Amino acid sequence: MAGFVAEFGVLWGTLLAVAQVLAVMVMLLLTLAFILLFDRKVWAAVQMRKGPNVVGPFGLLQSFADFFKFVFKEIVIPAGANKTVFILAPLMTLVLAFAAWAVVPIAPGWVISDLNVGILYLFAISSLGVYGIIMGGWASNSKYPFLGSLRSAAQMVSYEVSIGFVIITVLLLVGSMNLTAIVSNQADGVWAWHAFAWPTVFVMFPMFVIFFISALAETNRPPFDLPEAESELVAGYQVEYSSTPYLLFMIGEYLNIVLMCAMIAILFLGGWHPPWGPIESAPLPGWAVPIAGFLVLYAKIWFVFFLFAMVKAIVPRYRYDQLMRLGWKVFLPTALAAVIAVGAYRVHEVAAARAAPAAIMEMTGG
Amino acid sequence: MTSEDLLFSLSWVQPELLLAGFVLLGTLVGALFGARSTRLLNVVATAALFAAGVMALMHRPEAPQDIFAGAMSIDAFGAFAKAVIAFAAAATLLLGAEHFHRLQDQQFEFPLITVTAVLGMFVMVSANDLIALYVGVELQSLAAYVLAAWRRDDARSSEAGLKYFVLGALSSGLLLFGCSYVYGFSGSVQFDTIAAAAVEPGVGLMFGLVMVLAGLAFKMGAAPFHMWTPDVYEGAPTPVAALFAAAPKVAAVVLMARMLYEPFAGMEHEWRQVIAVLAGASMLVGAFAGLVQTNLKRLMAYSSIANMGFVLMALAAGSPEGAQAALIYIAVYLPATIGVFAVMMALRHQGQAIETIGDLAGIGQRHVGFAALLTILFFSLAGIPPLAGFWGKFEAFRASLGAGLVPLAVVGAIAAVVAAGYYLRVLATVWFSPSAPSDVRPSSGVSAVLAVVGAALCFPLLLVFMAGLEHAADAAVRASF
Amino acid sequence: MLAGMAFYTLAAVAVVAALGVVSSRNPVHSVLFLILTFFTAAGLFVLIGAEFLAMLLVVVYVGAVAVLFLFVVMMLDVDFVELRQGFLNYLPLGALIALVLLGQIGLVASAVLQNQAVQLNPDATAQLAATNAEAVGSVLYTRYVLVFQLSGLVLFVAMIGAIVLTLRSRVGVKKQSVSRQVGRRRQDAVGLKDVRPGQGLG
Repeated sequence: MAGFVAEFGVLWGTLLAVAQVLAVMVMLLLTLAFILLFDRKVWAAVQMRKGPNVVGPFGLLQSFADFFKFVFKEIVIPAGANKTVFILAPLMTLVLAFAAWAVVPIAPGWVISDLNVGILYLFAISSLGVYGIIMGGWASNSKYPFLGSLRSAAQMVSYEVSIGFVIITVLLLVGSMNLTAIVSNQADGVWAWHAFAWPTVFVMFPMFVIFFISALAETNRPPFDLPEAESELVAGYQVEYSSTPYLLFMIGEYLNIVLMCAMIAILFLGGWHPPWGPIESAPLPGWAVPIAGFLVLYAKIWFVFFLFAMVKAIVPRYRYDQLMRLGWKVFLPTALAAVIAVGAYRVHEVAAARAAPAAIMEMTGG
Repeated sequence: MTSEDLLFSLSWVQPELLLAGFVLLGTLVGALFGARSTRLLNVVATAALFAAGVMALMHRPEAPQDIFAGAMSIDAFGAFAKAVIAFAAAATLLLGAEHFHRLQDQQFEFPLITVTAVLGMFVMVSANDLIALYVGVELQSLAAYVLAAWRRDDARSSEAGLKYFVLGALSSGLLLFGCSYVYGFSGSVQFDTIAAAAVEPGVGLMFGLVMVLAGLAFKMGAAPFHMWTPDVYEGAPTPVAALFAAAPKVAAVVLMARMLYEPFAGMEHEWRQVIAVLAGASMLVGAFAGLVQTNLKRLMAYSSIANMGFVLMALAAGSPEGAQAALIYIAVYLPATIGVFAVMMALRHQGQAIETIGDLAGIGQRHVGFAALLTILFFSLAGIPPLAGFWGKFEAFRASLGAGLVPLAVVGAIAAVVAAGYYLRVLATVWFSPSAPSDVRPSSGVSAVLAVVGAALCFPLLLVFMAGLEHAADAAVRASF
Repeated sequence: MLAGMAFYTLAAVAVVAALGVVSSRNPVHSVLFLILTFFTAAGLFVLIGAEFLAMLLVVVYVGAVAVLFLFVVMMLDVDFVELRQGFLNYLPLGALIALVLLGQIGLVASAVLQNQAVQLNPDATAQLAATNAEAVGSVLYTRYVLVFQLSGLVLFVAMIGAIVLTLRSRVGVKKQSVSRQVGRRRQDAVGLKDVRPGQGLG
């Protein structure tokens, strides 16, 4: 962004930057519309139904119909609710969900802000997501939403821990927190992707699985949708929400899901690099490389989302104590052990790459 | 800092490494085997403490060694203090193991947290910059808060823990605030750089010094920052109170001495008044408030306040003799204090350690041995001539008179006489009160043995030991300052 | 200019939010203001180029500590009227302490103005390494390794202490044991009874 200002002057540079942000947002919202439909279609297919098929060809416009329905409804705010916080909660969810995308590189060189601590930024923003839910649940001034939000807070805080450790294993492998650098590290085909790279595959593939499952829990997707478990809590923290505020929650939630899919694709599945090698080596003209890279990443995101949708369709909901047990007693120790293992491997690798004394000197900063 | 520096540093902190290793491995063992491992961990913890003390004493450098890029400084002064701390903590740990075994309250965390507290004290003793100082203090304090509240179902113990925690947090805040001032106005957290800046102190540095001293005085339990002491001693389980009265005092005194004599040596004129006020107030509060106590643990709390006053009086001298006197005082004060607590725990009243002075009535007729032990211990605390306590007081007075602090010495003399009064009052109850129909039963066990050892260490027969102690302290101080 | 604007905006928001923390009637609002304060503080960190610290501040304080804080405040039934009364009682003392602190800030400010305070070199870390995560890492594990490890022990003690003082093994609670659940055989759980009509199981 600062680059634009430097290159095109204050006015045009700022406008360009805003245009860039808007382009990403519009693309995200469009993706969201179809991914929502895809979610429902997959679910329906597993249950041998047809799913939405009335609005538009094959029901393609279903999400837009839903959107307008939500927008045209009346906004109901419960009498006992804490108005400011009640309205603030969905807004916060939405804003944070969009803010996270600022550092996600969607193609080679296509990123709004190429932060040095990009992955940490993503982690920070996604850890803030819990506020929307907890504020919404509390401000509704009603028991079910509050219980739902408490469950959600505990659940998200618990799974954040294992997500954090899994991220650390990737950081150790790459040696940078920059997302572009993380993708570049996986350029050489499918056997360089972090999930499959030799010899760390024995550690990193399980980490990939842990990250996937934790991502389900972090985004309150089934089988971990306890905050809104409709059979117990009606709809959890969203009970009192209707119309546009509800829509905002919904969009925020799905944006986070797509973000998690993108993170999995970037951290473990090679980002924009196709399975046979770096995107730059593809026989394409220079201007087409980012576009091709974008399409590859896009396909990967859809693939990961397909897994999300299949899990939703197939796996029954966890009980709350099982959820906590899985997070704290299984994932956390495993991820910790993996951090140690990967760290040891990196030390070994560094030591092997240089003369041994020099490597120790470098590691102790001497 | 290169890897050679790191290895060199690690070679000087072997006692600390031993303790830290024990804590981490012990937690693992405890987590796997639960309460069954309590006995094993108690034994190993005591052994580890002993070993750490011996290691510190054996492996002490001729000249002070700055390690970890100046965060710690290992010297003979610190080594001596570490040994005293480790032995005292080992003794109280044994008391605690026996106590909780009797109460059927077997929690394997007790030895672990005690050892962590000792580790914190070791760091305090060797700290050579403000960050290490603060972290050491915090490590020791956090462990102490938990220990104070150990009997969590007992309202008094919980109260003690909470009170200690809240006031301790406040004092940590003071300490940290002072440290930030010192850092801001001297430009460094390293003691030697601060010492260079303290030669021409500004207002800011003075302010920082006062805040730091207030924080440390709180940790020592010196008046006017003593208000937590009686309540915490009374509420905490008796062996924990014994620990509080012993090991942390040594660490705090050594840390205080180090602060005064190293970074702030150039500000002697400024801090001497503060220390003198602290010393005088502590001695008077400890002596007079102790007169009206009926609870033995509260009495020991006021006794410890008064004793901290004497130590501060020695430190106020500002000379190497002062540091030496403080070290000797604290070293002879420890066995007597631990001995008194051991007697309290050896004499049991309905299965509990005795608490009030009234429980001691008539002990002299029925359990002469324990009465004799108490007499020796209290005589030593009061500073009756042939016993070790006298030599401690003697050194303290000599140091302060040598520095020309006559008014302070007079206050000290008055306080010593008054304090002797309440020790003698307890002994009067022991020997001359009609035997109450209480069922105080003595028990033979670790506590009885420790009481005998404590009393033996107070004995004039061990003048040889005293001479050795004086020599050791002298050597330690000369090598360090 | 942009950086200056950003600084004053963030600083103003931080101060206003901090005032909100102490002046809100509702403790939940106080915590939300506190979160806003943390967040703007993180923004200020970014402005001085310490983006690593900024992110850590958000992850640790906003993402974890404040959530639990909010949790507790929402769950607790705090009597606000009673709290206000205590507030008035301690107002003089609080005002005194505030005054002392203000005086000390003045002391520092005057020292800075008179150049008495020591000038620290802000570029000291910048020269060390390219990114500030590397800069922090390169001193954390070398120069400050001792205090770093000790801080770990402090947290360890805090954790063990919290567990010791609060964990109670309750009796009569049924816990799930996955291995037992999976290892259960049909014979252990199901028995076939031949019930004759009109007689029951007896």
